[in-house]
Amino acid sequence: MVTFTRRRLAAVALVATTALLGATACGGGDDEAAADGPVTLTVDVFGQFGYDELYKEYMASHPNVKIVERGTGSNLDEYSPKLTQWLAAGKGAGDIVAIEEGLLVEYKANPQNFVNLLDHGAADLKGNFLDWKWNQGLTADGKQLIGLGTDVGGMAMCYRKDLFAKAGLPTEREAVSKLWPTWPDYIKVGEQFKARNTGASFLDAATNTFNTILLQTAGNTTGYSYYDTGNNLVVDSNPAVKQAYDTTMDIIDSGLSGKYGSWSEEWVSAFKQSKFATIACPAWMTGVIEGNAGPGAKGKWDIAQVPGNGGNWGGSFLAVPKQGRHQAEAIELAKFLTSAKGQIGAFKAKGPLPSSPQALSDPAIVDSTNAYFSAAPVGKIFAEGAKSLKPVYMGPKNQAVRTEVENAVRTVELGKRSPEQGWTDAVENAKKAAAK
Amino acid sequence: MAVQLDARPPVAPAPRTTRPSRGVRLSRFDTKYSPYLYVAPFFLLFGVFGIYPLVYTFWVSLHDWDLLGAEHPFVGFDNYSQLLADPDFWHSVVNTLGIFVISTVPQLLLALWLANLLNRRLRARTTWRMAVLIPNVTSTAAVAIVFAVLFGREFGMINWLLDHVGVDAIDWKANRLASWVAISTMVDWRWTGYNALIFLAAMQAIPRDLYESASIDGASRSRQFWSITVPLLKPTIIFAVIISTIGGLQLFTEPRLFNSGTNAIRGGPLRESQTVTMYMFENAFAPHYNFGYGSAIAWLLFALIAVVAAINVLLLRRLGGGARKEDS
Repeated sequence: MVTFTRRRLAAVALVATTALLGATACGGGDDEAAADGPVTLTVDVFGQFGYDELYKEYMASHPNVKIVERGTGSNLDEYSPKLTQWLAAGKGAGDIVAIEEGLLVEYKANPQNFVNLLDHGAADLKGNFLDWKWNQGLTADGKQLIGLGTDVGGMAMCYRKDLFAKAGLPTEREAVSKLWPTWPDYIKVGEQFKARNTGASFLDAATNTFNTILLQTAGNTTGYSYYDTGNNLVVDSNPAVKQAYDTTMDIIDSGLSGKYGSWSEEWVSAFKQSKFATIACPAWMTGVIEGNAGPGAKGKWDIAQVPGNGGNWGGSFLAVPKQGRHQAEAIELAKFLTSAKGQIGAFKAKGPLPSSPQALSDPAIVDSTNAYFSAAPVGKIFAEGAKSLKPVYMGPKNQAVRTEVENAVRTVELGKRSPEQGWTDAVENAKKAAAK
Repeated sequence: MAVQLDARPPVAPAPRTTRPSRGVRLSRFDTKYSPYLYVAPFFLLFGVFGIYPLVYTFWVSLHDWDLLGAEHPFVGFDNYSQLLADPDFWHSVVNTLGIFVISTVPQLLLALWLANLLNRRLRARTTWRMAVLIPNVTSTAAVAIVFAVLFGREFGMINWLLDHVGVDAIDWKANRLASWVAISTMVDWRWTGYNALIFLAAMQAIPRDLYESASIDGASRSRQFWSITVPLLKPTIIFAVIISTIGGLQLFTEPRLFNSGTNAIRGGPLRESQTVTMYMFENAFAPHYNFGYGSAIAWLLFALIAVVAAINVLLLRRLGGGARKEDS
């Protein structure tokens, strides 16, 4: 009997504890759901969105709102599967989530996960965004707006002045820009650079450069890259893809790449150890360079025109998942962060180039310089071209296909495949990935 | 359950004539059912966290299940037939088995040797014994990140050391065999000490007089080790091999963190060090989000582990039996 009672006591205690735990867990949520009590909004981002000051300002004017940002500085490869899992599980996503352009198509295919911002007065904001940026945020039928645009990825070429000087090349940004009106010119400069044995490579990795050339070429010609606008896979038939591939092969052939796999630890170390002289530089990359190369390299970097003509790589959107409990507040905050004012604030903090024409012609952007990059007039370099950016259409499995093609480029870069084999791999694997 | 109830001896009807007191009934209930209650928590937890996911994964694997999609059409065994013809899957199986062999064989031998050393009379014995477990206490992620840096192509310490002895730099991440070796080192660093302690515990259960009589017969130390220690450790070795098989074939954190940068989940541009679990992850999550296909991989991995574990046990039985016959 004694044991029985003791056991029953233990059972009662266990049940009570569990119930208590459950009650407390729920308790936290219930408090927040109260209509006009304090609201905590979670914003999920990757990389650097530069919102810290904007949050402070917003919280000051909305005393009932507290904002928490998650994922700052994380890699897109880590962030996007997590976001997908949260959406699939119906739980866990922030009240506002950042979505990158290349991945937006996949999320757009399942719009039921997101609040239709058109139902919440977003239609009035259309004029605040570049037309194509606005349209990218819409579903195929144009009835639902998934995300409000944050930034665009206008292109430039970032370079190390000290390494250029060592190689006897000009160091002033105007003079450097004149060195490479086209990609073949860029390769020629690279060969000169290489001949001077500075101990550094001319560029970081062929894959980043490949994507830059592809988006530029596609923007200037077909307007799409791996998928045409009818969502047919055109890896092997789109001349823009092959052209970008061939140009990249020339770069590899000339031995200009340092072969530091982009975004890897070696890549980050290579920044710190000044192991390469140039890197294709969408506007958002300036923040990445500053973070990776560290304060020691301040003033050693500068920004020149990108070879070829223009191009857009990346840029993101803010969306409000339907699973959020504070949708109204979240929508308000998303509108604030993507307003011209919000975009200017973000640009000043971390460099993402605004997608709002008002912001792009604002003196705060046009006249801005970047101290880290030798006071380069980043406003002029990026903003001038941004309004005439030619976007590239991205199909449903863009990310998976891009992965395959870039991996093929990388195998050639590492000398494991010939350029011809690499191309065969790229096409075959892309088809396989698209079918999955 | 029903069978068990039927098989019970017919004691139940007897007490019905005189109504037993409440206390007696309770205590009978206690003796009869409380064993089930005692073990119930395990089976409940196992059901919720073991059986249910297993069955659900199988259910998912029969569907074309886009992780975000609203519709999941039933496709039968399509995912499985596709998978069996998928060269990338078999590539990852070969990687996994390769890493498993390269890591487990030296690991268990080393652990056996370490355990044998620790079993001798040493100064500060407990300190040594605890010391071999330290690598196991550190977080896998930390280990993997440190090793990934050590094995860097250009800035890694291993290549720097190799350079000093005149060996050319090895691209540890882009060379298939080299990446296997690098990952195996991580696994061994972490698990050798753990296995050594398990072997040590079993060694201490071997009666001392066996060794004493062997030394009286003039058997050398190594002869004693191979003829007494190893055969008597056989059950423990089988246990260690099965645990290593399960762990080795599910290897994920080490190879995943060994590869960094874009698409680390591929384990290198040519999938040099992509294990089955990584391939499963690549398909179920980014960039494919094909949950059905990923689930099918999970089930085939389960089958693979069962097969490899069975082969290991058979091999070990055969080896152990042969050794004993030799001795007698």
